[in-house]
Amino acid sequence: MAEEGQEHPISTYLWVWLLLFVLSAFSYAVDYVGFQGFTRWTLVLLFMFLKAYFICAVFMHMVWERMALVLGLFIPTFAIVVFIGIMGFESDYTQLSRKVFFDTGKPPTVYAVPHGKEHSKDHSGDEAH
Amino acid sequence: MSATSKVPLKDGMEGFVSDWASDQRAFKGVPWGKAMMWIFLLSDTFIFSIFLISYMTARWSTVEPWPNTSEVFALTVNGVSVPLLLIAIMTFILITSSGTMAMAVRSGYQKKRKQAAALLYLTAILGLSFVGMQAFEWSKLIEEGIRPWENPFGARQFGSIFFMVTGFHGFHVSVGVIFLFITARKVLRGDYDTGRRGFFTWQKGRYEIIETMGLYWHFVDLVWVFIFAFFYLW
Repeated sequence: MAEEGQEHPISTYLWVWLLLFVLSAFSYAVDYVGFQGFTRWTLVLLFMFLKAYFICAVFMHMVWERMALVLGLFIPTFAIVVFIGIMGFESDYTQLSRKVFFDTGKPPTVYAVPHGKEHSKDHSGDEAH
Repeated sequence: MSATSKVPLKDGMEGFVSDWASDQRAFKGVPWGKAMMWIFLLSDTFIFSIFLISYMTARWSTVEPWPNTSEVFALTVNGVSVPLLLIAIMTFILITSSGTMAMAVRSGYQKKRKQAAALLYLTAILGLSFVGMQAFEWSKLIEEGIRPWENPFGARQFGSIFFMVTGFHGFHVSVGVIFLFITARKVLRGDYDTGRRGFFTWQKGRYEIIETMGLYWHFVDLVWVFIFAFFYLW
């Protein structure tokens, strides 16, 4: 078997390109519309994984590669999932101990608000000196 | 490959087992340069994962409020504040450059020398504009007082994570742009038709190099998908 390159019809690429555009627009819309909480995280993750899948599968030709290469690259990434779990647990008790030992009871220090918001009514009197 | 080509290769899971158990090269039917690029990208995946995991850890463990990225990265257009406008434009540019890259690979295999070179140059220029916008974004945030050690909007870790993650990604894009320009020049000059040797490796190149280059470029786009979701949208 010769070493073959990946050559596929141009329409496949154009369709995936269009799809990635639409998915990016959707994920941007999640922020623009202002979904919060569980809805936001679910939609962000959904569009992220769909985009990642199509880039890997079509642009990087993963669906046409031999299983030896696909699994050789895919299986090691499960170590990342384990690491996410470990560090999620770590950050949880770190925050707990910070709250227990360092919480002064004062409101959190926020020195300024992002630009474009500084002229809003709530902050007009605060820093007028 | 000539010695192994007598035995037909199996497909699917059976192929996975027999390829890896063959006591030979595991990645059959793939040029070595492409296999090595994939191995490199796997290691790069781990590096970016560690960055994003450290971001997760910092954000989940801080007791100070995390800055609202929707407001921090907003741009004011005609007096209206549009959230994440520049980031959205950067995302679309990177996806567009991925599309042109995919088509450059195809043109290369069809030996359409000039078309492939033109698409590679276009990809490089789109990548360059991405880096330019990132430089603009950085200077804007530095002007607003965001530093790796502090920022006026909330948790201090925000600045360090931002500069580290987007900086490392921007570095990847910059390196990609340089290599895209080199590859495009080689394609245009006809190096892969005439068998002209490379200036560094002194090896003869083939059009497969565009596909390997493409893998790197799509990976940069792939990483941006994750940064966009976790850092900007979360």
